[in-house]
Amino acid sequence: MNNVYSIDLSLRPTTFDLWHVCLAATVVLLAFILIAVLLSVLIGHRRCSRKAEQARQQMVENEPETRVVEKIVEVPVEKIVEKVVEVPGPAPEPVVLKEATPEAALQLLGMLQKEARFIDFIHEDVSQYGDADVGVAARVVHEGCKKVIDEHFSLATIRQETEGSKVTLAEGFNSAEIRLTGNIVGQPPFTGTLIHKGWRVTEFHLPKLTEKHDPKIIAPAEVEL
Amino acid sequence: MSELFGHDTNQDGADNNQSLESQNHDAEAQMDSEGPRYSVGIDLGTTHSVLSYVDLHQSDDDVVQDVMAVPQLIAPGEVEEREQLPSFIYLPHEAEISEGETALPWTDKPDFLVGEIARNLGGKTPIRLVASAKSWLCHAGVDCKQAILPADGPDEVEKVSPFQATQAYLQHLVDAWVYKYPDADLAAQDVTITVPASFDPAARELTAEAARSVGLNQAILLEEPQSALYSWIENSEGDWRNHVNVGDIILVVDIGGGTTDLSLIAVTDQDGNLELNRVAVGDHILLGGDNMDLALAYAVKAKLEKDSGKRLEAWQIQSLTHACRDAKEQLFNDPELDNIPLVVANRGSSLIGGSLRTELTRDELNQILVEGFLPEVPVSEKPISRPRSGLRSQGLPYAQDAGITRHLAAFLTKQVAATDELDDIKLPEHASFLHPSAVLFNGGVLKAQVLAERLMTVINSWLQAEQAPDARLLQGADLDLAVARGAAYYGFVRKGKGVRIKGGTAASYYVGVESAMPAVPGMPPEIEALCIAPFGMEEGTEEALPDDVFGLVVGEPVRFRFFASKSRREDKVGTRLDFWTEDELEELDEIEITLPDEGRKAGEVVPVHLSAAVTEVGTLELHAVSQQDGQRWKIEFDVRAGEESS
Repeated sequence: MNNVYSIDLSLRPTTFDLWHVCLAATVVLLAFILIAVLLSVLIGHRRCSRKAEQARQQMVENEPETRVVEKIVEVPVEKIVEKVVEVPGPAPEPVVLKEATPEAALQLLGMLQKEARFIDFIHEDVSQYGDADVGVAARVVHEGCKKVIDEHFSLATIRQETEGSKVTLAEGFNSAEIRLTGNIVGQPPFTGTLIHKGWRVTEFHLPKLTEKHDPKIIAPAEVEL
Repeated sequence: MSELFGHDTNQDGADNNQSLESQNHDAEAQMDSEGPRYSVGIDLGTTHSVLSYVDLHQSDDDVVQDVMAVPQLIAPGEVEEREQLPSFIYLPHEAEISEGETALPWTDKPDFLVGEIARNLGGKTPIRLVASAKSWLCHAGVDCKQAILPADGPDEVEKVSPFQATQAYLQHLVDAWVYKYPDADLAAQDVTITVPASFDPAARELTAEAARSVGLNQAILLEEPQSALYSWIENSEGDWRNHVNVGDIILVVDIGGGTTDLSLIAVTDQDGNLELNRVAVGDHILLGGDNMDLALAYAVKAKLEKDSGKRLEAWQIQSLTHACRDAKEQLFNDPELDNIPLVVANRGSSLIGGSLRTELTRDELNQILVEGFLPEVPVSEKPISRPRSGLRSQGLPYAQDAGITRHLAAFLTKQVAATDELDDIKLPEHASFLHPSAVLFNGGVLKAQVLAERLMTVINSWLQAEQAPDARLLQGADLDLAVARGAAYYGFVRKGKGVRIKGGTAASYYVGVESAMPAVPGMPPEIEALCIAPFGMEEGTEEALPDDVFGLVVGEPVRFRFFASKSRREDKVGTRLDFWTEDELEELDEIEITLPDEGRKAGEVVPVHLSAAVTEVGTLELHAVSQQDGQRWKIEFDVRAGEESS
């Protein structure tokens, strides 16, 4: 028998034999497998990136807890000051926000309550009293708040000009320090009216806390014997 | 041999013949090997303590000085650093503060609650608050090592002694130093502790002993008004020589929270250089800023009670005192203000409604403080003293007359002869009091311009009445921290790097001896005062009385009556006084000596003579020296058994 195969590309199959059926089935099968593999790779990749993001967030949450092992907790208050970080543009990456440490906030509340009766005052129903009564209480609150602020914070104004005067902002001014409002058009330098001179904390210190101190108790109940 | 002077007691005297000298030598030897890096000044105030230090390695012409911020509890669980450590101890009930709330950076559980926390908690629970321990140290008739404070605390409160309290304040400062400067062992630094100029020898000795007990063997004592002047000198950065001249008499007026301290310092010429001589110190006057706040509070309280018809409770008065202190400062700082509203808030959580409201006016302030505490009086006036009521509860001998100017007038009048021996000081012959030509203020009270001006006006009115030129005010002192800063600077001066104030003992000292007179029935035996230490005895000198021999019985404590005079400058050792006015000699607590019976038979009589020395530390030491073999026994000051002397 002459078993020589000749290749002729112009030849067209005229019959649909078993071999060709098998060949077509194999092609279809391979195509399916390829699509399935590609899909699974894509899904897997998506899942992975979501997990990584979660892990990153968890790390951020854990951060203040690691501080508790220190004997005296240094309270990083600066985090409160810059709690919100501006989102820079519409980039799809998640923005990491700084967590405020609760101790410092509670401490400040505690001091304001102790010296200024701050929480007591806020919890009063002011509408029940006349202005004279509220005024008397306001003196206590004002005096106490002033004491707390003066003792623990050094404050400076951001702009030294008198409020209401014209100020000119050169190009590249710090937009965190100065907030523009109103008719914001054109290019710097901008000229406008100083509405509020701004405040900046130049120095601050809060009492350190002992390990077992519970800052959530901002004013203990008082029982006289 | 020998009359037996003094009188016997059968009480066993505490016998701790601790050798001061040997300890000092130890400390010096240690310091020689590695020179001290810092000179540390500690102001142990009646109401606040401050620690300041000079860096000796960096200081040359410019003094590098700082005040240490002292970490302290301000409330349970809260630690803060403050320049001043309030000199208070709070003795909490065991159920009062939970475990771990009193931790300090250097310890989990301090022995005592010291500082701001003590003052805060004690404000609401005064029966557990130890205050003014320093004034108790100088209080005749009290055993300062007996646990007596708080004086009005119930028996259940475990009390502490004034000595322990002093120890606790020092310990806190030492611990704070170790925490902040672990590389500079405080025991190896120069340490100067200030005491009131009016402190008697026993109180000085107790202060030095407290310092030794916390490891400060090398600490020396310095009088507070001197320290204030040192601080002024340091502050002037060499310019002080242009502000004082030979012939000047500087009056230092130190009005602190609880006490008023007066000193006179004469400026003389020594080989062309200015020399400072502390020529006189005042009595211990328990009168200060706290009295002023109280006076204001009681005046306002009377006004409130009259208006409302209700009696104020203790906590309201306390809150009023705080409000008055703040209002006083505001009124003094701002001459535009006419009145400050005062509010005593309800203690409960409702703030609006239940509060008491009143105001403090400038007129009231002037009336109560300026006229009440600094009245315009002639220099001839003396402090009014009422006879004490027979049933006086045991407490501090607060000044009965609040007129500080009267105390000052009496002081200057009494000290009219203080500069007689100095050739450079010329007082007019008709002078009825010592004319100060310059005044230095110290103490927080005199930060108030109104009070400072009034005091100057009064002093100058006295001078004008005797045709003397006005005294000038020496400017530029930091009234709150000057004493601590001056003390640190003094350590620098002791290295020979600045002018030193010559002082010595601020009084002459006497023991009471029975005079050799036939006994008269019904009359107590006459007492003579035998001078054992003259005025102005310098540190590191000793004076003995070999001719006056006493017989002491071995094993039995013998007590002597003990006197001091701040005005008798001419008496030499051995001078006997058979008459003196009440003004001249002040009786201190008795002193006591017990001869230990080692090597001797009990009951044996040993002839001894007395010897007085002023140590380098600045304390007076009395010894009995055996005539037979020269053996020495220390005479104890702190034998105050709380009983009245006979």
